[in-house]
Amino acid sequence: MTTDTSPGSAPDTDAPSAVPDKPVVQRGDRIFSGSATAAGVLILVVLAGVAAFLIVEAVPALVAPAEDIPGGHGLVAYIAPLVFGTLVAALIALVVATPLAVAVALFITHYAPRRIAQGLGYLVDLLAAVPSIVYGLWGILVLAPASVGLATWLNEYLWFIPLFAGPVSSTGRTMLVAGLVLAVMILPIITAVSREVFLQTPKLHEEAALALGATRWEMIRMSVIPFGRSGVISGAMLGLGRALGETMAVTIVLSVSGGITFNLIGNGNPATIAANIALEFPEATGLENNTLVASGLVLFLVTLAVNSLARYIVNRRREFSGAN
Amino acid sequence: MSIDTDRHSSDLATELAPDLRGLERRGQLPSWATPAALGAAAVVVGGLLAITGFSVGLFVVGTVVVFAVGLYVLSRVVEGRRKATDRLVTIVVTSAFLVALVPLFSVVITVVGYGITRFDAQFFTNSMRGIVGEGGGAYHAIMGTLIITLLAAVMSIPVGTLTAIYLVEYGKGRLARAITFFVDVMTGIPSIVAGLFAVALFTLLLGPGARLGFAGAVALSVLMIPVVVRSTEEMLKIVPNELREAAFALGVPKWRTILKVVIPTSIAGIASGVTIAIARVIGETAPLLVTVGITTGLNLNPFDGRMSTLPVFAYYSYTQPGVPPEPSLDRAWTAALVLIILVMLLNLVARLIARLFAPKTR
Repeated sequence: MTTDTSPGSAPDTDAPSAVPDKPVVQRGDRIFSGSATAAGVLILVVLAGVAAFLIVEAVPALVAPAEDIPGGHGLVAYIAPLVFGTLVAALIALVVATPLAVAVALFITHYAPRRIAQGLGYLVDLLAAVPSIVYGLWGILVLAPASVGLATWLNEYLWFIPLFAGPVSSTGRTMLVAGLVLAVMILPIITAVSREVFLQTPKLHEEAALALGATRWEMIRMSVIPFGRSGVISGAMLGLGRALGETMAVTIVLSVSGGITFNLIGNGNPATIAANIALEFPEATGLENNTLVASGLVLFLVTLAVNSLARYIVNRRREFSGAN
Repeated sequence: MSIDTDRHSSDLATELAPDLRGLERRGQLPSWATPAALGAAAVVVGGLLAITGFSVGLFVVGTVVVFAVGLYVLSRVVEGRRKATDRLVTIVVTSAFLVALVPLFSVVITVVGYGITRFDAQFFTNSMRGIVGEGGGAYHAIMGTLIITLLAAVMSIPVGTLTAIYLVEYGKGRLARAITFFVDVMTGIPSIVAGLFAVALFTLLLGPGARLGFAGAVALSVLMIPVVVRSTEEMLKIVPNELREAAFALGVPKWRTILKVVIPTSIAGIASGVTIAIARVIGETAPLLVTVGITTGLNLNPFDGRMSTLPVFAYYSYTQPGVPPEPSLDRAWTAALVLIILVMLLNLVARLIARLFAPKTR
C-alpha cells in the first residue's frame, strides 16, 4: 500500500495519474473489511443489548407498588441486603487474595528458578480453569467443615470484634467461607495481571539496585513494587469484578437466611445478588422475575463500573510505561 | 538459584565501597543454614505437637512460623538487619506460593476421590429418565453440554476472529478504541447477567417461561466472544509486519494478504485461544441454570424445550438429591469430575496446539 509510486506495483490501475494517497480498493477488500467492521460493531450492539433488555425486563419491578415486590417492602428493601452480602463476600475475597496474589506473582517472577517459573505460572492459571460449580462442591464439602475450628477459635478470642460475634455456625456454611472460596477463584486473575507488570519492570532498574548492594527484597521494594503498583491495583479490581458476579460457588456454600448482619461466622447470612438470582429464578414467575432482573441490572452496573475503572487504570498505565 | 548472584553483587559492592553505611563486613550464614533451620523447626514443632496432640495443618503452619522467626533472628545476629529481612521475605513469598497451590490440589483430590465411585459405563450411556435412587447417568447432560457449547462456539468464533482482524488490520480511530475498551469490559460481565440477558431476550421473543438450549448458547457466546477477540488479537499482533509488506509489495490485495499470509502464520495461536475460550464456557453453570433449566430425559434439539447440561446436572443432583441422597450425590461428584477432565483436556490441547504449531516467523 505504501509503494504506489514505483512502476508496476499496482497493475490494476490504468490511469497513470492515480492519486497516491488513495489506495486501490478491490471488491474483495470492501467485503472483507466491511464484515470485519460489522463484527466489531455487533459486539457493541450486544453489549448495549444486554443493558437494554435488562432494563426492559426490570421496568415492571421498578414501577410496581412496594407491597407487590417479594418481601412486601419495596424494591430497595429487597435489593439492599443482597447488595450488602455481595459487597461483604467480595471484600473478604479481595482482602485475602490480593496480598497472596502479589506474593505468588513475586515468587514466579523473581524467586522461582527461571527454568520452572513458566510451568509454575501455568499451575496457578489452572486454578482459573476449574469450573465454579466444582469450587462450590469443594467449598461445602472440604472448606466449610475445616473452617468450623477456625471460626470457633476466632469467636472464642476475638468475640469483641462484631465480625466474629457469633453464634458460630456448626456447618461452616458462612460468609467467611464463601469469601474464602471467592478468594481462591480470583487469585489467578490478580496473579496473572501482577505477574505481567512485574515482568515489565525495566531490567536496568533492577540491576542498578542490585549493583548498589541492595538485597533482593530491597531491589523489589525499590524498583519492582513502585513500577507495578497500578497494575496490581487494576488486577485487584478485575478480581473484585469477578468476585462480585460469581454465582454458583456462593449459591452452594452460603446458608442464606435473614438480612444484613456483620457476623461472618454465623448461620444467617444475606445472599449475594448473583446467588439469589440462581436460587430464586428457576421457580420465579411474573413480577418475581422482573424483580430478579432488576437486581441483576444493579449487579451489571456495579461490575461495569468496577471493570471500566480497572481497565482505565491499566490502559493509562500502558501509555506511560514505555515498556513496549 | 539466583541467591548466589545476589550475594555476589553485594560482596562486590562491599569491596568497592567499604565505607558505605549498612554494608560493613558482616558474617555470613553457611548455605546449609536454611535447610538446617527448617529441619530444626520441624523437629521442635513436631515434638511440641506430640505432647499436645498432632494435626497436619497445625504442624505445617507451626513449622513455617518457627522456621521463619528462627532464621530471621539467626540471620539478624550474624548477617545484620537487611539480610535478615531479605530472608524473611523469601520465606513469606515462597510459602504464599505453596498456600496458593493447596486449594488446587485439594480440589483435584476431592473431586477425583468422590467422583470415581460412579465413573462407569452406565454414567456415560444412561439418562435420568424414570430413575429414582440408584443407577442412572448423565448421557443426556453430556450431550446437552456438547450441543450448547458447540452452538456457542459456532456463533462466537466468526464474530470474535473477525473483530480481532478488524482491530489489528483495519481499526483506527474512535470506533476501534471503543471496541477494544468494551471488549475488555465485556470480559468482566458476570455470567449470571449474561444468562439474564438471554432470558430477557427470549422472553420478549417467545413469551415468558421460555427455556431452550439456544438461549443458553446465546448467553455463553456473550461470555465467549471477548475471550476469543482478546486472544486472536494478541496472536495477529505478533505476526511480523515484514510478511504483510512483502505481500503488499507483490501486489496482493489486503484481504488476500490477511487470508493467505497473516492468518496461516498465526493459526496455531488462534486455535489455542479458541480452545481456551471453549474451556472457559463449558463449565459455566449460572447462565444455563436460568436459560436452559434441566430435564431428566435426552433432548437433542436446542431450539425446543429444556435441556440438561453437566454443570446444572451436578448442581441439582447435589442440592436436590431426593431420598436416599447418596446415589444422587455420587452422580453430582462424577459430573464434576467429568467436567474438570473436559476443562483440563481442553487446556492441555490448547497448550499442545500452541507448542506444536507455533507461528513460524522465520
